[in-house]
Amino acid sequence: MSKPITKITPDAAVFFDNDPQDEFITLNIGPTHPATHGVFQNVVQIDGERIMSGVSTIGYIHRAFEKIAEHRPFYQITPLTDRLNYCSAPINNMGWHMTVEKLLDIELPKRVQYMRVIVMELARISDHIICNGILGVDTGAFSGFLYLMQEREFIYEIYEEICGSRLTTNIGRVGGFERDFNEIAFRKIEEFIKRFPPVLKEFENLFVRNRIFIERTSGVAAVTPEDALSYSWSGPILRATGVDYDVRATAPYSSYEEFDFDVPVGTNGDVYDRFMVRNDEMWQSLRIIEQALEKIKKEPIGVFHADVPDFYLPPKEQVYTNMEALIYHFKIVMGEWETPKSEVYHAVEGANGELGFYLIHDGGRAPYRLHFRRPSFINYQMFAPMSSGMLISDAIINMSSLNVIAGELDA
Amino acid sequence: MSKVTLAEAPPGIEGAGFFATSLDKVIGLARANSLWPLPFATSCCGIEFMATMGSTYDLARFGAERPSFSPRQADMLLVMGTIAKKMAPVLKQVYTQMAEPRWVIAVGACASSGGIFDTYSVLQGIDEIIPVDVYVPGCPPRPEAILDGVLKLQEIVRNESLNRRNTPEYKALLEKYGIATDNG
Amino acid sequence: MDKLDNQIVIKHLQDKFGEQVRVIAEPHGLLTVATEAETILDLLAFVKDDAHLRFNYLTDITGVHYPNEDRDFCVVYHVHNLLQNLRLRVKVFISGPTPVIPSATPIWHGANWMERETFDFFGIVFDGHPDLRRILNMDELEVFPMRKEYPLEDPNRVDKKDFYFGR
Repeated sequence: MSKPITKITPDAAVFFDNDPQDEFITLNIGPTHPATHGVFQNVVQIDGERIMSGVSTIGYIHRAFEKIAEHRPFYQITPLTDRLNYCSAPINNMGWHMTVEKLLDIELPKRVQYMRVIVMELARISDHIICNGILGVDTGAFSGFLYLMQEREFIYEIYEEICGSRLTTNIGRVGGFERDFNEIAFRKIEEFIKRFPPVLKEFENLFVRNRIFIERTSGVAAVTPEDALSYSWSGPILRATGVDYDVRATAPYSSYEEFDFDVPVGTNGDVYDRFMVRNDEMWQSLRIIEQALEKIKKEPIGVFHADVPDFYLPPKEQVYTNMEALIYHFKIVMGEWETPKSEVYHAVEGANGELGFYLIHDGGRAPYRLHFRRPSFINYQMFAPMSSGMLISDAIINMSSLNVIAGELDA
Repeated sequence: MSKVTLAEAPPGIEGAGFFATSLDKVIGLARANSLWPLPFATSCCGIEFMATMGSTYDLARFGAERPSFSPRQADMLLVMGTIAKKMAPVLKQVYTQMAEPRWVIAVGACASSGGIFDTYSVLQGIDEIIPVDVYVPGCPPRPEAILDGVLKLQEIVRNESLNRRNTPEYKALLEKYGIATDNG
Repeated sequence: MDKLDNQIVIKHLQDKFGEQVRVIAEPHGLLTVATEAETILDLLAFVKDDAHLRFNYLTDITGVHYPNEDRDFCVVYHVHNLLQNLRLRVKVFISGPTPVIPSATPIWHGANWMERETFDFFGIVFDGHPDLRRILNMDELEVFPMRKEYPLEDPNRVDKKDFYFGR
């Protein structure tokens, strides 16, 4: 089908005729440029330090997720979602599980929903740590990143307690979790909400009123709300322009409507506002986790999944000893379960914006079609148009504040 | 201050005022403890590499203090993450730009074999286009596993002959991949 | 402002477009309508700008391949009214080895890459698109990989024997 290829596409010359009389220079940034934190290629025309125009090329880690999804039973799609936005994998996992639950009309016990909220908010914090930390590195402040990375490792430790894995968590199942949070997990989450605020405060103090940081970011890459909406932006970068669209608030899922939290918005839509929105969101996430811990205490202990034996994998000890459990196990793993013909669109607020799953199901083993609405992909398309007229150094921090994750961009 | 441990001296003849050993061993020792990594991070494993470089795991302890983003000044290419077919020529070009001696670690299942992505768009392991010295399994490998891979590579580097680049086996290997050998 | 619901949307659409808009279903509360390639741009512009509907946010554009149907391709638009949190799904069924549909880029800038992705995967040509090139796949790829007739694995690969993978 595809032939082995030998040339690096695209050539800069494909996009711009290089006229020697011209005063512009064509510059190729990427796909492995260290300033881009991922595999993006941008061919730009520069006049001195200023970018006149640019063309983005993506697809350098295109892995054909949507094609794979058409060949895999539902459970085997969860590992794929891990690898979309790998900085906040649990949000993707649970977004997918919620999509399937919507298809199958499964109602979850409240305790499971709160557990999900805890894990998703931890994931949001860990994603924003990466983005804001790296933004600091790009503006010349390395130490903030090191402070926050320490806490990120702690979030990984919590994940490990919950599901045994660090980065690509594959957490949870259709219908709940594979096991209850153990005592250590609860203790660590409580420890986290105690130890994280001082670190975040210290990080804030380094940046928020730092003259160098403000001069470097304020007013850079300002976007109007009209443009942002026209480009279908979502997530923190849309909220930085002043549009208060947050899926958690407008279309609550997993009982978010019961939580008391603010949706931080910016005013200018510039890099500084995006930084601040993400920063405030980390504080809000902490609030949500605190409330969720309180709410869990009021729920019956030990409930960690819905009672749906047709769809929820039975525990392993029963699979080995109990005939019925073994049958269910095989039916579920092989995808031979009774599922309705239907189509579902379910969106969750991913760390980068509205993460949507559009599932068309014909009742077979695998989805007939599964489309991921990937916020990074949609947010990134404005990068090249908005870069024209910008300095190269501003374009770099602009890219870093968009927080484009290559796995999610290319799917 | 933590205790500084020195690398062990290679076996040799020691006498009053002199120490004689083979040049190969000395160079190997020096090379092994001063590998300059070139992180070629495309996806998930790159995030784990960030953790490896970060404060908790600290790859710098093993002499790989400075990640070199220019292939010219690097000698350990760490390929982390899925390499799509679109990316393959870029990776090959980066490898050919590196000066001898050069080593490659394939970090993670995708770089080693394509991993779970047995699809039309993904290269089924980077060893289809460049030679690999160490494979690190995992999806993604834990930082400890990446460190272990680096230690395994140090083992190779320490015991390798000084002039590996001129050996017929090495030349034949590169020839197999269609990489010119006259740049060393 | 009156609360918008699916019935009001249906009424508005039928007042304006009559027979050209068919209501398919409301799976999980999400109103799904179908229309033809000729009317899709008018419909999208109408639902975006109409003072009552205001579906001003384009969530997604994607394609689906139905090889056994008469009209074997479907382009699916998801639009969203952010103020009232109501979504609308619009489907357009088209056919042919090179299906053609007008591009929505004049209405939303964001449609640009979504349409390029759909073209890349399904070979659906968006008429009037400013820059319709492949986006994720290699330029050298000769097929549209998300069409159902193409396999998931690369048929040219030599390193993995299907026998060992039970295929």
